[in-house]
Amino acid sequence: MLEGLRRRFESWIFTRQPPACEPVPLTRRRIYILPTRYGYAFAALLFLLFLWAINYSNSMGFAFTFLLAAVALNSMWRAHDTLLGLIIHPGVAEPVFAGQEARFTFRLDNPDPAPRYGIALQWQDRPPHYVDVPAQGSATVTLIVPAQRRGWLQPGPIRVLTRFPLGLLQAWSWVIFERSGLVYPRPRGRRLLPAALPGGTGGGVGEQGLGSEDYAGLRSYAPGDSPRRIAWKATTHGGPLLVKQFTDQARPELWLDWRLLGIDNVEPRLEQLCQWALQADNAGLQYGLWLPGRQIPPASGAAHRRRCLETLALFGSTGYALPASP
Amino acid sequence: MRMPWHRAPQLKPGQPPVELLTPLAVTWLLATLALAVAPHANELPLWLTPLFYAIVGWRGFIAIRGKPLPPRWLLLLVALLAGSGVLLEYRTLLGRDAGVALLTAMTACKLLETRGLRDGVVLVFLGYLLVMSTLLYSQEMLMVGYLFAVVVVMLAAQTMIHQQHAGLIVLAPLRLAGKMAAQAIPVMLILFILFPRIPGPLWGLPKDAYQGRTGLSEEMSPGSVSALSQSDAVAFRVRFVGPPPPPKLLYWRGPVLWNFDGRRWTRHEELPANTPVAFTPEGAAIEYTVIMEPSNRRWLLALDLPASLPPRTGMTPSFQLLRDQPVNEAYRYEVRSYLNYRTGELTATERSRALRLPPRGNARARELAAQWRARDAQPEALVNAALTLFREQAFYYTLTPPLLGAESVDDFLFRTRQGFCEHYASAFVFLMRSAGVPARVVTGYQGGEINALGDYLIVRQADAHAWAEVWLAERGWVRIDPTAAVAPNRIQDGLYAAIADEQTLPFLARRGGGNAEWLRQLALRWDALNTIWNEWVLAYGPDRQKEFLSGLGFGPLDWGDMTVAMVIALSSFGLLFAGLRWRSRWVRDPVARAWQRFCVRLARRGLARSAHEGPLAFAERVAIQRPELAMRASEIGKLYAALRYGPTTPPTAVRRLQRLVRRFRA
Repeated sequence: MLEGLRRRFESWIFTRQPPACEPVPLTRRRIYILPTRYGYAFAALLFLLFLWAINYSNSMGFAFTFLLAAVALNSMWRAHDTLLGLIIHPGVAEPVFAGQEARFTFRLDNPDPAPRYGIALQWQDRPPHYVDVPAQGSATVTLIVPAQRRGWLQPGPIRVLTRFPLGLLQAWSWVIFERSGLVYPRPRGRRLLPAALPGGTGGGVGEQGLGSEDYAGLRSYAPGDSPRRIAWKATTHGGPLLVKQFTDQARPELWLDWRLLGIDNVEPRLEQLCQWALQADNAGLQYGLWLPGRQIPPASGAAHRRRCLETLALFGSTGYALPASP
Repeated sequence: MRMPWHRAPQLKPGQPPVELLTPLAVTWLLATLALAVAPHANELPLWLTPLFYAIVGWRGFIAIRGKPLPPRWLLLLVALLAGSGVLLEYRTLLGRDAGVALLTAMTACKLLETRGLRDGVVLVFLGYLLVMSTLLYSQEMLMVGYLFAVVVVMLAAQTMIHQQHAGLIVLAPLRLAGKMAAQAIPVMLILFILFPRIPGPLWGLPKDAYQGRTGLSEEMSPGSVSALSQSDAVAFRVRFVGPPPPPKLLYWRGPVLWNFDGRRWTRHEELPANTPVAFTPEGAAIEYTVIMEPSNRRWLLALDLPASLPPRTGMTPSFQLLRDQPVNEAYRYEVRSYLNYRTGELTATERSRALRLPPRGNARARELAAQWRARDAQPEALVNAALTLFREQAFYYTLTPPLLGAESVDDFLFRTRQGFCEHYASAFVFLMRSAGVPARVVTGYQGGEINALGDYLIVRQADAHAWAEVWLAERGWVRIDPTAAVAPNRIQDGLYAAIADEQTLPFLARRGGGNAEWLRQLALRWDALNTIWNEWVLAYGPDRQKEFLSGLGFGPLDWGDMTVAMVIALSSFGLLFAGLRWRSRWVRDPVARAWQRFCVRLARRGLARSAHEGPLAFAERVAIQRPELAMRASEIGKLYAALRYGPTTPPTAVRRLQRLVRRFRA
């Protein structure tokens, strides 16, 4: 019931403010404010003091009761002002494996000449993470979001809140960003790493060798590639960098092949492939990835590992292509 | 700026995270509570104040050294001991004093189990209650100033109990709280002036709610008025419309006493009517305003004889003003009196009451009265005989009369012959009644001191007085002051003039020069300030509110009108405040202002920026739709983005943005 209400509210928030791809300044229209439970208790206390002042016809009793009420009002606009004008940058997250927790780091900018205290970011019902944002400076908050499925993970609405200064009222706002974190498949599976075969069975690249290290074509540059291998001539002016590829006929090739897995479901297959990729990478092997519609020729290194994992993460999704590195 | 307190709280399943108080927060709480209890030090039981401060110290030690809190059984023991201590001390837990003591004890116990935010909030709330309870004892300017300061410290503590606000260091919380309290004052004033006041009390008050006020009581026995002469506390202050009457005519009428039991004079219960009792005035009326100090009594004082009624007040057949509720707040009222008058006829019951004496006792006085009556039965002659007795025999006026025996009148008339006004009034009325002249005792105050600084009259408890009234045919009730026969100075110039040694009087009741006269003058200045405070602030109750607001020219207002006025005042203040804030923010942020101007210019040409569009995206769209503007728009967009989201805001760049926007023509 409550869960349903929350989902409906979030979808309403989505329609009201579409996900942003740029830093979001908190404006008047998107800041909400309500008393906390201590605020309600304070209201009850004020009512008690008011009755007490009437009962004792205590003039200064009225004055102090009214003073506290006015201070509570004052704290309302202070809470509002603590959020107003604050600029929230989209959260940045390193890729994680499904089943792990993604850590989204948000930057908060304070353009004002006064510091702001006690501002929190909160994801769903997790405890809020508080920071102070110095005057004309910024602070970062890292939110932990569980990554359950492979693919793009969008944290959804993030609540920016404050109870500054007296804790009687909570001002909050919702921010939603398009920026997502990537979730690799969960590395899982019992099968042993397939044996490496000379010449490769994948039929992907480099069957006809012309020596120990033979030219086998071009592919686009990925971070980590040796600069010596960049095909400067082939790279068009202003276009993407291309890298020359060679096949090593002498060394056996390991293909992590979708077709080797006689499993019906897609996800367990991807999980097994992910597991293999990590094992191969750990062992320092050259490995390639064969997926329906997409093959990655054998290679090694951090960039290759990342490319493979990203491909696995996004397999079957609408934008099934290499993501631009964030 | 990431600090240790920003760490994620440990989550236990099914339990909200406990937000612990930092040692700094505990220190703030302790400081503010120590300040809040300090004004109570005098009234609290002797053992409680040291206990409270010891616990404050202990808790501070625990917080600073990071020691564990005392075990639960110890806490229970302290609570039990403190509670029963209060109960033993006061025999109740309900009265005002007992209530304050209990509140203090509870606060001390709560300190010992305080660990989380929730406990902190409870302590702050207890602190507010302690501040309010102080107002039951004193609402003087200095005390109110002190309590305002305590509230500021308490607001700082309330901020600091939230661990996420620990970034406010040293005096920053205090500055913030001070600003908040100062900014709250206009709203407080609007509420104070316009919030419709309801006359209290709503329910029964504890018996000791207003204890500790010295003042005239409802009965008179030898020594009861002279006891008041030791107090220079102010009873009430008076502003006259026109020149004040001479001091010898300033008889402030209080309780009228009819019944005598041989020693004690007491009131006769009379029902007040809600119209003034009729009499025939002679001469001009005197109009004046009285600002009474709280007396915890229902009667209001007025010059002999009052001819008008303040609101919610009635008049008894003895010309005594009675309010519907005891005066427990500074109270201001306006009255009209006639100093010369003739009252009406005496009813048969009144006559018999005005002649009633105890069946036995004071035989010599009765015998004397009978002798006078045998000589001349005219009431005037009898009055003169008594006054002559006081004037010509060796009677003395003194603050410290010898004690009287059971036959108080005889003892005084024939043995001690030294007395204060109550002795003379009592003996005189006894003699008159014995001689067959209807007579009664009137208590109240006589005279007062003009404070030239504020142009008003101060009447102190030391001015308490008792006199007599006899009923004469043709003239009605006539005031006779036997004290005037013994010590005419008392009536002419006040108590100080009639007392041989002025040093026996309380400081402020003295007059004549001396080394400390400058101090007395200073005190009078302070009193003038206090009068304004009392008249305009403390006396601002339901009656004064109606009077004040109706006097502004809107005609009579009921509480509905006041509510409307309050809402209007609050919302116009809110709008004004919001406007000022908006303006200052606008002025403060030239970057936003320039960007806004740029967007407005484009919007006029049909190129409105949509809400989700960032500066760069917008500039790009402008470039596509209006290629001739591309260069300048992209420059402005880039510069704005750099200023808004970049690490710094160099003033030269801000000026460049402003210049670019100024020259931009779409």
